[in-house]
Amino acid sequence: MHPLALIIAPKWRTALARFRQGQTRGKALIIGSVGLVFWLAVFGVLYRVLGYFRGVEEIGPLLASKLLSLVLLSFLSILLLSNVITALSSFFLAKDLDLMVSSPVDWLHVYLAKLGETLVHSSWMVALMAVPIFAAYGVRYDGGWFFGFVAIAVVLPILIMPAVVGSAVTLILVNAFPARRTRDLLSVIAIVAAGGVVMLFRLIRPERLARPEGFQNLLDFITVLRTPTSPFLPSEWTTDAVMGYLVGPFDWFPVIVLWSSALATGVLGAMLHYALYPTGFTKAQEGAERFVKGWIWQALLGPVFSPLSVSKREFVIKDLKLFFRDTTQWSQLILLGVLVVIYLFNIRALPLFTGEQVPFYLVTVVSFLNLGLAGFVLAAIAARFVFPAISLEGRQMWLLRSSPLDLRALLWSKYWVGTVPLLVLALLITVFTNVILKASPFMMAVSVGTIVLLTVAISAMALGFGALYPQFETENAAQIPTSFGGLVFMMTTIALLALVIVIEAVPVSTYLRASFNGQPVPVDIWMIAAFVAVAVICLSATGLSLKVGLTKMEGFEF
Amino acid sequence: MIRLERLTKTFGKFVAVNAIELHVPRGELFGFLGPNGAGKTTTLRMIAGILRPTEGRIWLGGDDLIADPMSAKRRLGFIPDRPFVYEKLTGAEFLRFVAGLFGQDGKVVERRIDELLDLFELSVWKDELVEAYSHGMRQKLIISSALIHKPECIVVDEPMVGLDPRGARLLKNIFRAFVERGGTVLMSTHTLEVAQAMCDRIAIIQEGHIVARGTIDELRQQTAAGDASLEELFLKLTGGEAVRELAAILQD
Repeated sequence: MHPLALIIAPKWRTALARFRQGQTRGKALIIGSVGLVFWLAVFGVLYRVLGYFRGVEEIGPLLASKLLSLVLLSFLSILLLSNVITALSSFFLAKDLDLMVSSPVDWLHVYLAKLGETLVHSSWMVALMAVPIFAAYGVRYDGGWFFGFVAIAVVLPILIMPAVVGSAVTLILVNAFPARRTRDLLSVIAIVAAGGVVMLFRLIRPERLARPEGFQNLLDFITVLRTPTSPFLPSEWTTDAVMGYLVGPFDWFPVIVLWSSALATGVLGAMLHYALYPTGFTKAQEGAERFVKGWIWQALLGPVFSPLSVSKREFVIKDLKLFFRDTTQWSQLILLGVLVVIYLFNIRALPLFTGEQVPFYLVTVVSFLNLGLAGFVLAAIAARFVFPAISLEGRQMWLLRSSPLDLRALLWSKYWVGTVPLLVLALLITVFTNVILKASPFMMAVSVGTIVLLTVAISAMALGFGALYPQFETENAAQIPTSFGGLVFMMTTIALLALVIVIEAVPVSTYLRASFNGQPVPVDIWMIAAFVAVAVICLSATGLSLKVGLTKMEGFEF
Repeated sequence: MIRLERLTKTFGKFVAVNAIELHVPRGELFGFLGPNGAGKTTTLRMIAGILRPTEGRIWLGGDDLIADPMSAKRRLGFIPDRPFVYEKLTGAEFLRFVAGLFGQDGKVVERRIDELLDLFELSVWKDELVEAYSHGMRQKLIISSALIHKPECIVVDEPMVGLDPRGARLLKNIFRAFVERGGTVLMSTHTLEVAQAMCDRIAIIQEGHIVARGTIDELRQQTAAGDASLEELFLKLTGGEAVRELAAILQD
């Protein structure tokens, strides 16, 4: 066997074995269906948009080209960030490195194997996302079956280049700082960068570009469209090649530039690896000496949780310490903050108050539907922070199970540590959006009551599903929500949200009708029954999830 | 103190531990030996309450571990073979947390943390995150955590792994002193010299069955092995032919 194939073999065999072990027909069906629905949705939306562009003479292809270049540019940014972080694990912290470095394996093979690993881990999601996008372009512009090969040929280089550059950036950083410190540093940088980009993109309000009155004349508009984002960006070369093939005239030059750049980057990356990797790898073995002032935590949190029993109090304090000392965990709060700001900004940017009269009907409907959206945001946050809570105890379960800690106390601590911050956030989002929307007191009361019930249920479901589908072997908390269990949790939560919205539509429509006719709101049996039903559903979901989670935990064996 | 009655554990069709009976009284250091995969760790993890027995009962100082796990576990200190601890806690915080799990806190616990860290020469590392600890230091921390709540019995799986000679000697002294004060230690180990030097009695388990038990002299009598060492007894009881074959292969 070729040495490179030999190095890679254990990885793909492990992946294959894991896939076979974890696959059941039902699981494959659910994942396949969700993936297919997502693909079809992306394809459908883009197909329609491109259809509209195609109908616009002169500037149609320019619009399609601009859209593709923007999409590819965002892919490129995501890939670069993702590769920098992944390279740290695969090149410096992976468990197989000791064996690989101590074996008589050629450095170039180690580099290529690890580069491939980095590329696959950080690019698979982008690659999957690219499929419906390129399919929509190919189908809409009649690219034919050969377009598939063209797309692969022009997308591969923009996967390779960020992998090489990302790995090189990590290599340089590790040579400057210890690897474990670099990981902390990178998580913060990556999150701040991602948050900044998203925030900037939203705050410049791209929807204004769709309004022609924003431009003085058509020529200005076309000039903006014709101008490439930057002629030196690989995403631009890929766009040129794709649009050249689809709309014509096709030019080989961008393809040649793409591949020659990818190969040249690879060679430069390998040279840098040869020069810096041995020192970097040695530095990566250094532990990050971190003395911490634990007494501050104890002094601050001890009195706050003093009414709790000793075991519950120590458990809650332990969970809080672990969260705030792990940069990969707390740094995601920055992104969360950005998303909440954008959420509120979006509500504010809704064109509801453009007319002379405040559209009461629209405000009420938006305020009501906002519940579902806020619930979805909370579910996503719970998936990231509450769902992994049980999995993260896996390696230490020997201690918890051999101590006289009641598993109910453990679940209780995990539940409230997750629920309280979630509840604060839920109330903030709901109250602020309703204030921005100038919603009526009735809608405010309905929103606040419902979101409290939903939060209590969502948090319990996250914990329950986390216990049902534990990922004890995964060390990175951020990977746990992307598992099959995370998907099932999200789907169940969406079903709960839909059910609650449908039930509450009854009293809200009654309220709307009465308000529209200028009558007092009738508090009838249907209205009361609907609110009681929502409360019963949410509280049952809470109780059932925690019960199922507890039963599952009692059966854990290690 | 520790009593096992027809303790059985199966994983699917595989019987890891097969109806074993064992009694370790107070004030005894009991060695639990056996080849790899014989069922030692499974037995110890069942006694620690981590694995649920398929059949049988476990008594810890008169408390049934299955029926009344809280009371039974309060008596126990468990030291696993793999030292997984919370990486983002300091040594002192980890010990405080473990004491909390046993419902203990306050100045008594703080004093005990200082004593234990001092005993295991970890005082300098007291306020450093566990992620910076070496394997041996983690092992010492886990041993400290098993002692923090003053247990009546200690169940320990491969205690010497990762310890330096000084740490190993210290641990031997601690266990000896512990049993002399009326405590009970059930210890699994592959280091037969350690078992021979430290244990009052020994049981040898193979393929889920206890094949021999007693003091070294009793084991010699059972196997008619004259004045053989524990290593020779062990090989005789657990299939020494395989070892001799292995030695022959290595010589080839």
